[in-house]
Amino acid sequence: MNPAFSVIFLTTLIGVGQGLFLALYTGQLYSVVNVFSPRHSSEFYGYGSLLALAFLSAGLIASFFHLGHPERAWRSASQWKTSWLSREVIVLPAFMGTTFVYAMIQLNGWNPILFTLSDNFIVDLSLLVGAINMLLAFLLFLCTAMIYACIKFLQEWASSLTVINYTLLGMASGFTFCTAFAAYLSSDAIFIYGGWAITLTVFACITRVTSLIRNTKIKYKSNLSTAIGIRHSKIKQIAQGSMGGSFNTREYFHQAKPIIFKSIKWVFLLLVFILPTALLLSALTTNSFALCMLAFITQYLGLLAERWFFFAQANHPQNLYYQTI
Amino acid sequence: MTQLALVIDLNVCVGCHACVTSCKEWNTSGTAGFMSDYNPYDKDPTGTFFNRVQTFEIGEFPNTQTVHFPKSCLHCEDPPCVPVCPTGASYKREEDGIVLVDYDKCIGCKYCSWACPYGARELDENQKVMKKCTLCVDRIYDETLPEAERKPACVLACPTSARLFGDVNDPDSMVSEQIRDNGGYQLMPEWGTKPANHYLPRRKTNITIHHDELTRVDNPLNKERQLPMPGEDEQTLDDTTSW
Repeated sequence: MNPAFSVIFLTTLIGVGQGLFLALYTGQLYSVVNVFSPRHSSEFYGYGSLLALAFLSAGLIASFFHLGHPERAWRSASQWKTSWLSREVIVLPAFMGTTFVYAMIQLNGWNPILFTLSDNFIVDLSLLVGAINMLLAFLLFLCTAMIYACIKFLQEWASSLTVINYTLLGMASGFTFCTAFAAYLSSDAIFIYGGWAITLTVFACITRVTSLIRNTKIKYKSNLSTAIGIRHSKIKQIAQGSMGGSFNTREYFHQAKPIIFKSIKWVFLLLVFILPTALLLSALTTNSFALCMLAFITQYLGLLAERWFFFAQANHPQNLYYQTI
Repeated sequence: MTQLALVIDLNVCVGCHACVTSCKEWNTSGTAGFMSDYNPYDKDPTGTFFNRVQTFEIGEFPNTQTVHFPKSCLHCEDPPCVPVCPTGASYKREEDGIVLVDYDKCIGCKYCSWACPYGARELDENQKVMKKCTLCVDRIYDETLPEAERKPACVLACPTSARLFGDVNDPDSMVSEQIRDNGGYQLMPEWGTKPANHYLPRRKTNITIHHDELTRVDNPLNKERQLPMPGEDEQTLDDTTSW
């Protein structure tokens, strides 16, 4: 497929937003059960959620550049019964709205205690809204990834690894950003977030490399014989039906040189997994905001390359009809 | 349930592109908006087409066959492009099984083109909506046309009658008969899309000719040849009768 930058920015930016909210809520859960007593103010969660909202909004804006008719985008919420894209269109604004509510609860102190489970476990409104929003964050990962994983003949995408990778990569980048945010505010929770960021990055590395290995071993179900229905081992295309190219020759081919295509894989493995892990480890020993931020920027740039590769690697069966691209 | 479709006979298609141009002519003139072209008379011409003819060479010289392969929307009975559409712009008609795009609802997200394994859908760069073969839905029901012309433009244009049009779910229709009798097949059956359009394969026409059929038994010339030729030193009739 030909990677569209609007979709690359959409999926990576909302991934950071979702991961950032999940990181903030993880921090809140830790403090609720008193695993540690951070000097967290509700402002940390409040402004952090607003930052998550900024990432989500940027992703939403990027998505509009993908559409031929952005003014009709509202229609895309109608087919939620069958279309994962439609489901994403519903869940993304719902998640953004709840993130905003969560931020307002934290910043304005509209946080009544709902009930107490034990002396140490106090459930307030922000904890409940956060729990709902956490479910929405995971649901959004599922919707985004299933858009690609549900197309069964794009065999590189049609795998549960697609869902796992979108979730883990989004969470890893969000937790890395949260580590930088905590470092900026000199919060002692930096070790919690940093620890999770490294753990998630390592797990994402394992699952992403697994999917890369899986994709090298795909046996394609379609071939030129099934595409045109002529059983012969030697079929040569003479004419493609157009002289100067068509939608079919542009939309489904990444058109990068093989050397660039191959090197992008190694670039993203380095930028998404190896460098951020090393930077986060050194950041945690020095409590350096600059190193944390560098880790996030490195990882985000790497994710852009990762997403480009994800799209470019998918081999559409219609390409069988265009043998000489 | 009716399922209108095309049956394309690869045995007689000569690759003349008359179906491509007549399709473009009819559909670019319709009320749904023209099918845009860019650089039509320049370098790198490109544009929207519902139908294209490709050419494949099967085998190696000298045992080759050139197959011309017209390709358009197959109007699948289980179309994977329809359920993925987020707006409901892509739909399959209950009454005749034609897969259509509502150009007023399409947001141009291209997701349906990703979900079609055949690459049958094209985004119109001018109108920014997804377009595809409509099976000339604005023509086949037009009662102002004579009945013989109520067929898709490509079918009417084909000089070798390689394109047949009809209901593939009606066992007695001409297209069903052709599919049955001539080994009609579907493209990429492995994805379970059940394309309604079928293709008829190349067929070799074999007849057995016996040796005695090569010479004409009742050839009247045989009678004349039976006359004995005179030897070189023998007298001919001319010698005897010359005076």
